[in-house]
Amino acid sequence: MPEPIYLDHNATTPLHPEVKRAITEMLDIFGNPSSLHAFGREAKARLENARAQVADLVGAKPHEVVFTGSGSEANNTVLSLLRCNKTACRCDLGTRKGLVTTAIEHPCVLETAKYLRALGHPVTILGVDHQGRIDLEELRQAITPEVGLVSIMTANNETGTIQDIPEAARIAHEAGALFHTDAVQAAGKIPVDAKDWDVDFLTLSAHKIYGPKGVGALIVRQGSPICPLILGGHQESGRRAGTENTIGIVAMGEAARQRQQEMADEALRLGRLRHKLQDGILESIPDVVVNGHPQHTLPGTLNVSFLGVEGEAILLYLDAAGIAVSTGSACASGSLDPSHVIMALGVPVEYAHGSIRISLGRSTTEEHIDILLQELPPIIAKLRTISSAYRRKS
Amino acid sequence: MTKWVYSETVRDHFLNPRNVLRDEKPEDFDAVGRTGNIKCGDEMVMYLKVDPTTLTITDCRWQTYGCASAIASTSILSEMVRGMTLEEAARITSKDILAALGGLPDNKVHCSVLGDKALRAAIEDYYRRHGMEDCITSMGPRIVCHCLSISEEDIEHAVLEGARSFEELQERTKIGTGCGECQEEAQRVLATYVHKHFGL
Repeated sequence: MPEPIYLDHNATTPLHPEVKRAITEMLDIFGNPSSLHAFGREAKARLENARAQVADLVGAKPHEVVFTGSGSEANNTVLSLLRCNKTACRCDLGTRKGLVTTAIEHPCVLETAKYLRALGHPVTILGVDHQGRIDLEELRQAITPEVGLVSIMTANNETGTIQDIPEAARIAHEAGALFHTDAVQAAGKIPVDAKDWDVDFLTLSAHKIYGPKGVGALIVRQGSPICPLILGGHQESGRRAGTENTIGIVAMGEAARQRQQEMADEALRLGRLRHKLQDGILESIPDVVVNGHPQHTLPGTLNVSFLGVEGEAILLYLDAAGIAVSTGSACASGSLDPSHVIMALGVPVEYAHGSIRISLGRSTTEEHIDILLQELPPIIAKLRTISSAYRRKS
Repeated sequence: MTKWVYSETVRDHFLNPRNVLRDEKPEDFDAVGRTGNIKCGDEMVMYLKVDPTTLTITDCRWQTYGCASAIASTSILSEMVRGMTLEEAARITSKDILAALGGLPDNKVHCSVLGDKALRAAIEDYYRRHGMEDCITSMGPRIVCHCLSISEEDIEHAVLEGARSFEELQERTKIGTGCGECQEEAQRVLATYVHKHFGL
């Protein structure tokens, strides 16, 4: 069997060769960055170097970077501001205990929002239009005087659709609320600038940018309040307790550095391949819809729905052909509901169950796209023959 | 390549489904049974040819909209029923299908539950077309949850196995997790059986 083809880069990415090198080098740097002796200082220097590299990727200052154990932890940390009891920080949102977020956020935001609601916080969840974007006027109206925080993802993991974050941040600030964006899928793929966008908080994850799993970062802009989620240590300037994951952090720094160098060229290349893929699918397969915004989208993400077939079945047929894609659909998670993101777009249910996400990355070649375009049409045709929900054209 | 989440039998029936209705015309069959709907993510249709003198199933074709386990479970069921009498086929349960498939992951069990219900609907259809309604009554209880085809009997079994609240019933049967329309009716049936067996 030929080398399997990986087209699921929004789920996770392989390590960049330079990141591997950085990790290998770090394996012998075992000092605790908090120690004052030479071993500690060596580790500390590497840690701070990584902090500057991560800051550089997203237009932040080094001291604005708080390393975490994941993007999910970073998002949880930001949302925990609203239930802060001021035992470990000096932040004060006063009576502004409310949250405004969107229906297409990652579950780590949506579930935390539900939790906040259960605790009695006012929570507003904004819908999106058919192309996956929020209505900025609706956002403006949702930010009442009781809202303390607005959280809107930069680019969606399933559709790749990009929101107008600078404008959303401006609207939030005008109304007196703090602004957070989950940029886990956007950073390293499109230009992200915490300072220019004027966001208070921004979330990053290493394993989406060819770094390792188990390390993320929260950008906390200077002057913005933060309330630690994990207590019991002075690390990260008291913003996140726990001895630093030095190997992971150094690897994330190197990953960020590599992204800065490779991003622009790669975005062009992947954008072209994505177009070729989309055109190829639309030409060779009937009854297909593309989910998400045609322009405001990540260069390497394509989400398509096929009428009358179920996403998991497509995924597993492609897997058998050596091609890895993903589906947010029903059966993969064991629930009977299609993906919350695809449903939020208002995709008709007979299409919604049949969506797959193809996400390209560094290792993707034109040949990979050609092979997918060759394998996919007969798979869809076969599944439609089996399907009771697809009327065959005679 | 590492192991599949599904058994080899499921993989085989998923990638090489048997007895799919292809060029045959639905009207050439003696009975049709449909269950589930697209909204729930799974739908199955079974077509039967029946020898009228022996009431034996001579051919079984099907179409399924759904995930790997839904496709595989219908495929294997279509092989199981050939040569069976309608009476024998009506006794096939979801457990029989599960066993033939070599098991399914827990969150996929509802897929196999659909297969036996589609078959049963087809058998009922045959009886109805041939004025044999009395055979349907002897087959037993009626369906409560149409998305997942869960019958009164399934609810009674769940009660006997320990379900008392609607949440416990849902945990066991996944009843009412499709369109949700049957939830009130399911609660009524649940209350009836809890009362019948435990006087609660």
